Amino acid sequence: MLSKLGEITVMTEISTFNQGKEQPIKASEIDPTFKYELEKLPGAEKIFLCFQCGTCTSDCPIARFSDSYRPRTLIHLAHLGLRDRVLNSDTLWLCSACFTCTDRCPQNVEVDSIIRVFRNLAIEKGYIPQGLRDQTQTLLETGYVSKVPESRIKKRETYGLPPLPKTNPQTIKKILKNIPFFDRINQTTATATLPQPQGDNKNDSQ
Amino acid sequence: MTHSKWLFFLGCAIPTRGISYEISARKILTKLNVELIEMPEFNCCGLPLDPINHEAMQILAAKNLALAEQQGLNILTLCPGCASTLKKVNKTLKADPQQKDEINQHLKETGLTYNGTIETKHLLQFLKEDIGLETLKNVITHPLTNLKVAEHNGCHILRPKKIITFDDPEDPQTLKTLIEATGAECLDYTDKTQCCGLPSAAINEKIALQLARDKLNHIKKAGAQALITICPSCHTMYDTNQPRVEKTFDETYRIPILHYPQLLGLAMGLTPQELAFGELRVNPEKITQQLATPTTQKLDVEPPLRPELVSEIEKTITNGKFTKVENFQKEYMLE
Repeated sequence: MLSKLGEITVMTEISTFNQGKEQPIKASEIDPTFKYELEKLPGAEKIFLCFQCGTCTSDCPIARFSDSYRPRTLIHLAHLGLRDRVLNSDTLWLCSACFTCTDRCPQNVEVDSIIRVFRNLAIEKGYIPQGLRDQTQTLLETGYVSKVPESRIKKRETYGLPPLPKTNPQTIKKILKNIPFFDRINQTTATATLPQPQGDNKNDSQ
Repeated sequence: MTHSKWLFFLGCAIPTRGISYEISARKILTKLNVELIEMPEFNCCGLPLDPINHEAMQILAAKNLALAEQQGLNILTLCPGCASTLKKVNKTLKADPQQKDEINQHLKETGLTYNGTIETKHLLQFLKEDIGLETLKNVITHPLTNLKVAEHNGCHILRPKKIITFDDPEDPQTLKTLIEATGAECLDYTDKTQCCGLPSAAINEKIALQLARDKLNHIKKAGAQALITICPSCHTMYDTNQPRVEKTFDETYRIPILHYPQLLGLAMGLTPQELAFGELRVNPEKITQQLATPTTQKLDVEPPLRPELVSEIEKTITNGKFTKVENFQKEYMLE
């Protein structure tokens, strides 16, 4: 199972498996302060307005092809105070930020922002998917979120395109130095592999 | 046509996987008398940092906006992700002076200050609002009649609606109207505002591929000869990964995916070579040949995939799951 190694746990393989989905809730898991904490965070202010209608989940393109990613469920878990179930959930990382849920919510809850707040909190706890960590490292080193291959730079010349604008990675480090986590991103850490899901990735039968 | 000057914000996706988009966009903008000034310095717009830390995203975006303010020009981008991020942060910080001060505190050491004096527009919004349909119609010299295409807007150009205010996210009209201006027919199809899935590909590729298949099925059913996109990421999903979708689900599409400036460029009389059609993975020969033939005669034979690309695709389709961005880049961008 997912284990924390060092300060940061890098999730190398993200399944669509929702940990503990089938397990009954224990009283010791409940943290009644969680929702009040969330309410104060920018983006999650309207979490109490959610009345669990499920419009977000039924309109979610990811939920169509995943057996476990359900935005409504994530918000419900937060309402119940199940902090760890939300923040340790690997399905949290499946949202593709298409904003359909936010646009269609009858209560004007910014569902995408709430998911983003969950992710920010999960990162604070030290959980990060491998891909996101790699991207962040590249960004801090180069100013670009993905390395522009040498072949592309040569191709630009061939096509007569102007050279790529300069980035200034040093200033990026400077402006992000007071943000928690960025000082930890380069730490050498071990990785953890998540279990493979059973019976997920259903095929669309249209 | 009035001359206008814009600061060109490239972003990260265009240099890594959107060269044909950039080339064709620069060509049509030159023809439309738009002068593009290159950003002297820039960094990632900030969007990819949002899941990590919301404030970090705002700081990066504010830095870009501050750099642009030094130039005193409004920003034009080709990437809807960059456009919406810069817009969102601009809007938030303009409305909240306290937050603006906080962000400026982070920027202080670099000598930059964000003031909120410029705007950002994506190419699509720019064509609609600053060029206008009438001007556009006047530069169309080779109307693309007989061509039936479908549109794909993508998410960041439409949603969230309170940030992106220039179109209706449930029934978008801008791209459709711009396509129709070229003389081509824009077909309707099921779930046309659905996400391409690329952001989830690095987390779970099966979901992303299923979303792409879903879209390609709908387009095929509608009978579109090509799909028109305005986002480098959506284009990667449908063009670069189309052979991958075909192989994974045992389907055949061979639907060419064009960037909107490529379509517009053809209608303006630019050649496929000038518009970098050679950089597209799915062979667009079928449509370029049809357009070159004055009659409505259609090609019967499916053009084959480019042989040099087939071997590359074979190499990159693996059963294993990719876990690193490095591998993701290798597999999805086929260097």
